[in-house]
Parts: sequence; C-alpha cells; structure tokens
Amino acid sequence: MIPTEFDYKRATSLDEAIQLLSSSSEAKLLAGGHSLIPLMKLRLSEPETLVDIGRIPDIKGIREREGKIGIGAGTTHHEVETSDLLREKAPVVADCAGEIGDPQVRNRGTLGGSLAHADPAADYPAVMLAIDAEFHIKGGNGWRTVKASDFFQDMFTVDLADDEIIVNAMFDPIQSASYAKLHQRASHYAIIGVAAALGVENGLIQWARLGLTGAIGYAVRMPNVEEALIGKQPEQDTIDAAAGIAGDGLEDINSDLHASAEYRRAMIKVFTRRALEGAVARL
Amino acid sequence: MSEKATVSITVNGKVHEEEVEPRLLLVHFLREHLGLTGTHVGCDTSQCGACTVHIDGASAKSCTVFAAQADGSEVTTIEGVGSQDNLHPMQEGFWEEHGLQCGYCTPGMIMSAINLLNENPKPTEKEIREGIAGNLCRCTGYQHIVKAVQYAAEKGVVR
Ligand SMILES: Cc1cc2nc3c(=O)[nH]c(=O)nc-3n(C[C@H](O)[C@H](O)[C@H](O)COP(=O)(O)OP(=O)(O)OC[C@H]3O[C@@H](n4cnc5c(N)ncnc54)[C@H](O)[C@@H]3O)c2cc1C
Ligand code: FES
Ligand code: FES
Repeated sequence: MIPTEFDYKRATSLDEAIQLLSSSSEAKLLAGGHSLIPLMKLRLSEPETLVDIGRIPDIKGIREREGKIGIGAGTTHHEVETSDLLREKAPVVADCAGEIGDPQVRNRGTLGGSLAHADPAADYPAVMLAIDAEFHIKGGNGWRTVKASDFFQDMFTVDLADDEIIVNAMFDPIQSASYAKLHQRASHYAIIGVAAALGVENGLIQWARLGLTGAIGYAVRMPNVEEALIGKQPEQDTIDAAAGIAGDGLEDINSDLHASAEYRRAMIKVFTRRALEGAVARL
Repeated sequence: MSEKATVSITVNGKVHEEEVEPRLLLVHFLREHLGLTGTHVGCDTSQCGACTVHIDGASAKSCTVFAAQADGSEVTTIEGVGSQDNLHPMQEGFWEEHGLQCGYCTPGMIMSAINLLNENPKPTEKEIREGIAGNLCRCTGYQHIVKAVQYAAEKGVVR
C-alpha cells in the first residue's frame, strides 16, 4: 500500500516546524507516524506536505520543574514506560505507556501524536484526564495552555489549530492513581480503559478523577463515579458502590466487531473497579 | 511530482546515499533499492511485525516508517545479524529449538527477540511473550519461539 505523493520537510526546531506548517499547503505534522502512516497508506489521509518533527530536541524528554512534571510531546511511549522519574513520581503514566500497542509501536509512537490523533481507543487520554494534565501548545499566534478536560472534544477531534503543535504535557506528581485496560487482543488498543486518581486525607476521599477511554467517541471523565467516592473511606465497599454506577447515563457507547455496546457497558464497571482498587493500593 | 528527498542511511554498517520519493517506505528501500529481502512484508498494516528491523538500536516496523525518516540513522536488518557459518545466538536458538516452520515471520521475530534481550537479558517467559507481542506467527503456536528466545538468553546475546 503506497500513500499519495507529498513533500517531506524535516524541522530542526519548534519554530521552524510552526513556520513550515503555516507556509505549506495541506501540511501535517509527522511524529512517530504510527497513526498517520497507516492512514496515509489506506489513503484516508492525503497531506500535500509532511513536516517531520521526529528530531526536534526541544519537544523530547521528561523533566521535573518547580514541582511539576513535564513530558515533551515528542517523547516515545517506550521512553515514558521506562522513565525512572515517572516510575517514582507518577507511576500511572509509565504504566499506561507500557500498555500501548507492542514494543515496536512503543519505540516509535509519541505522546503528542497520540493526544493530537485522539483515537477513541487510545490509552493516554484517559490517564491525562485522571491526572488533570494540561497541554502546552505553540502555534502561529504564540503559546496557549489547554486542560486535558477541554482538549478532547469528539472522535479524532481536539482543541488544536492547523498551525499548532503540542509541545508538552504538564501535571503534578501523583502516587494514588492507576490504569486498568481491557486489550483488544490483536492491536492491543483499549476496548475499555479506565484511569483513576484519588486524593485521601484524614482517612476520607477528598477528590477523585476518573478518565474513561474506548467507551464512546472520545475520552471522558465519569463525574457520577467521582461524586460517589467523595467523603467516603477508601474501602472495597466504597469502590464497589462507585464502580457499580460507572458508565450509567453514558450514551452512544461504541459497538464494533471487538465488543458490543452491552459488553462495553459491563466492562466499564469492571475496569472502573480495577482502576480504583489499583489507586487505593497506592495510597 | 513531489520533490525527492536525499537520504543517507547506514544499513548493516554500510552507508547508502540515495534520492528517494518521500513516500517510499523503509521496508521497500531495504528490499527493492538495496536488495535486502530478508525483511518481509506480511500485513502491510502495522500489525504483524514481519518487517521488523532496528533503527538506531530500537525495533521498528519498517512498513510504518518512511525511508526519509531514517535519514541519518543506523538500520540493522536480519542480514546484519550473524551469517550462515556464524549464527547469532538468537538464530542458533531458533535452529536448535525449532522456532520456525514456514519461516515467514522469523526475521522479524528474531529482530524483536534481540531487541528484548538487549533491554532485558534474562526475561521471564511472560516477558518474552510480551517482547514478541508485536510479531505474529501463523505456524508455530509460539511455544518453540519462546524456547528459542530462552535458549539465546541462556547463551547470552551480544548486540
Ligand atoms: C499496531 C498498532 C497498535 C497500537 N496500539 C495502540 C494502543 O494500544 N493504545 C494507543 O493509545 N495507541 C495505540 N497505537 C497508536 C500509537 O500509540 C500511535 O503512535 C499514536 O497514536 C500516534 O503517535 P505518533 O507519534 O505515531 O503520531 P503520528 O502518527 O506521527 O501523528 C498522528 C497525528 O498527530 C499529529 N501530531 C503528531 N505530533 C503532534 C504534536 N506534537 N502536536 C500536534 N499534532 C501532532 C499528526 O499531524 C497526526 O495528525 C497503535 C498503533 C499501531 C500501529
Ligand atoms: S508488514 Fe509491517 S507490520 Fe506487518
Ligand atoms: S513460522 Fe510460519 S509464520 Fe511463523
């Protein structure tokens, strides 16, 4: 399968990439290529220009600064999975990256590509919602910051203009968070993925954030589950009760050859329970 | 016509400089431009791993990488791993433990297995299965492939 013709431009800096994006017609960014190239081979995407951002040092790497953790958009899933800093300060993020696809996919695919592409079955969006990440984005008009909860808008649709690049994702260190995923056995994409993050003080849950992927067109929070947890003790009964209402009221549940809507509904509850149990185990 | 891209790619230690169409996939660069047909195309949809090579030391599906992206990189294919009279320990493992039947998946399987041992020289059986999760085999049922990787791990794989 051969993609349509395009011009290839390799950017060496963030600003050069933005300039190339805005000056070329029908241009698209190319990061790891592990969502875009398969689409181009099927000719579902036919960009006239590809701006390769795979070698820009400014958008790679994982750092801690002023108490916040930042992951460059060009950081591969493998780098996230094996990061000592993340294992120590935000293990849920490293866990999530290790659940993506297979080793070859993790060696090439990047955080920014996954967020921008926003596949309904992608893993990172659920975790980014649960850890309340914000994305730093640069474009022709300069910088802006978007919270994960505002970023994912619909299937393959995010708050990003044509000349903008996701530069990094920033979040606070977090221990008590966990990701539970039902894998599609061939591609490893999430049939259902749930990320849970909890804040506990004086023995009571003060706040909870639940991110759900795979269920509908895009990743969403589960406010009803969050409310059911607040003020309760982090015990099995609390978890079971909260997980029991997970997905209730959610409409347009995906149904495909891998899983019917009914099965997905059932699995939302199961994987919400597992994610909460994982988060409690890390308290 | 799109503009051609000039690439300089080191394949199995030898530098190749060529003008290529930007849409040329790395797997076709290897097979058709360089005649290195050990790297196979199985699915062409990023699933099967038959096309796995190493790019700068890390395994990658070469059907899902443009040759232009590999400009300036070092690529290792199965042809760069051992030789007929001097098999790499992983190849020896596949030979000794009957890790193949038709052999179609084998080059990619070996590249993934070497990638695994480079990162984790003494993997558990579960880690081996996860390490080759990006490679499909329609013949063996994987059991003997796992044994082949265990054989190589026992012997100790050097890069
Ligand atoms: C076999 C296979 C299995 C997979 N399994 C999973 C899985 O289990 N879970 C999962 O979550 N994903 C999975 N993926 C997808 C994988 O994680 C992709 O790597 C990822 O979705 C896209 O990242 P990329 O760097 O490859 O982006 P690319 O394919 O290069 O780009 C994707 C899109 O994002 C845009 N883009 C890229 N970088 C930026 C940026 N910094 N700012 C703005 N826009 C940008 C591009 O223009 C393009 O539109 C799988 C992929 C394959 C091939
Ligand atoms: S041919 Fe590349 S993954 Fe199947
Ligand atoms: S040996 Fe035939 S596909 Fe693996």
